[in-house]
Amino acid sequence: MKDIKNFSELEKICGEKKICEFVQDLEADKLCINVQEVRNLIKNHLGVMKESLSRSLNFSSISVSGMSGKDSTKIIKRYNENKSPLNMLFGKVLAYAAAIAEENQRMGRIVACPTAGSCGILPAVIIAYAEELDISEEKQLDSLLIAGIIGKITAQKMPLSGAMAGCQAECGVGSAMAAAAVVELSGGNTAQIINAAALALKNSLGLVCDPVAGLVEVPCIKRNGFYAINALSASEMALSGVKSVIPIDEIIDAMKEIGQLMHSSLKESSEGGLARTPTALEIEENIQKF
Amino acid sequence: MKYISIFDIIGPSMIGPSSSHTAGAVRLGLLASKIYGKKPSKVKFTLYNSFAKTGKGHGTDKGLIGGILGFTVEDPDIRNAYSFAEKNNIIIEFLSKDDSSRHPNAVDIEFSGDEKLIVSGNSIGGGEIEITSIDDYKTSLRGDYATLILVHKDQPGMISKITGIIQQAGINIAALNCERKERGEEALMSIFLDSSLPPDLLNEIEKLSGIYAVKSFDALKR
Repeated sequence: MKDIKNFSELEKICGEKKICEFVQDLEADKLCINVQEVRNLIKNHLGVMKESLSRSLNFSSISVSGMSGKDSTKIIKRYNENKSPLNMLFGKVLAYAAAIAEENQRMGRIVACPTAGSCGILPAVIIAYAEELDISEEKQLDSLLIAGIIGKITAQKMPLSGAMAGCQAECGVGSAMAAAAVVELSGGNTAQIINAAALALKNSLGLVCDPVAGLVEVPCIKRNGFYAINALSASEMALSGVKSVIPIDEIIDAMKEIGQLMHSSLKESSEGGLARTPTALEIEENIQKF
Repeated sequence: MKYISIFDIIGPSMIGPSSSHTAGAVRLGLLASKIYGKKPSKVKFTLYNSFAKTGKGHGTDKGLIGGILGFTVEDPDIRNAYSFAEKNNIIIEFLSKDDSSRHPNAVDIEFSGDEKLIVSGNSIGGGEIEITSIDDYKTSLRGDYATLILVHKDQPGMISKITGIIQQAGINIAALNCERKERGEEALMSIFLDSSLPPDLLNEIEKLSGIYAVKSFDALKR
């Protein structure tokens, strides 16, 4: 089978064929395994994602730095006590994304999707939707396949790492993957899936990587929550028929260019932005005292 | 261009907090230690740029040590890598450098013990890595294939003798690169195979005249 080069090719091929069927056929072909084995591999990852969430919800702890670890607990409490005008689905997406990111910070086991820094976004939307809307495991696996192809085509054009292109390449891409996954879970078509990814990604352009004290905590953990909700916004727009004016292939090119123009102090070096604020510098000094 | 799979994007299942600075570090340590092929008495790591600046908070040091010790990216023992190194009598040293000519996540890994060896590499994102040099030789190893590395005399016929043996086993060569120090001197050959070479054929290659050293290892687990 020929590899897929870009999204415009994907749209052409998947006019007739469902994207998730195309993806599992392509992977089976390239990895020399069968379709069921592809689905089993994805199922294993889904299992680890659910475990990381469950461990975080049951065994939360404040981080060594003191900056994070219990924010997801606070969000869940608000929604369990019915204090928000927004529904439980919203609350779970926000809280679960932060919870998994907290588990990552604790050096817990997570699934990089596409990276560890952005590991809360995709699992949060899938698990929250599955719980609230009673979605079958098979459909959850389909949505992961969709998320995978969004990330794969993007990674063919540019490195998905904060050190090379800022957080737009990690949380931005994670959000695009999650947006596409949600549209699949909602029964959307190929055009809506790709539009959702485009819209989510476009809204992440320019996002820098300026972690406080060089840790994957601030702004990273809460950002997973924000970009999971960004994925919902994008999927809702796409499902309403809203289209991205700029096609996703061009958005990725723009993201790559922005990443190159971005100063190295804002690319995972903790030498600029939030990492250099007075509070951040004080935190950094206190941590070094350990 | 190598196929990028959805499993390069969704995955690996790993110990956090960073795919480039933790999981990538583990895989660099793992691949470097397979290349060294022995138990070292000391390992000196020089971290560059982003790796150096945010490495401590990202568990890069623990990841690299864990990799040298043979841990996979999802092994919880990574968190206690320093004490495992001590238990194994391996002295660990870390240095930091700033060098804009190097990749943002670059590391030099210097092994001492029965032999000295310096392996350099980069963590390129999402847990993917690239070994860029072994001592003075430039190379490009990503751990995605069964690999054969040979140091040999730079003389006519070496490539065909070696690949002839590989062909006998019916093993397909995915890629091959050669780099020499000077004409007629030593050269480094890296051969990437679709499957591992059986031990008897490895012995045959080792016995060829003009072969100085051979290292063989499997692909890193995805």
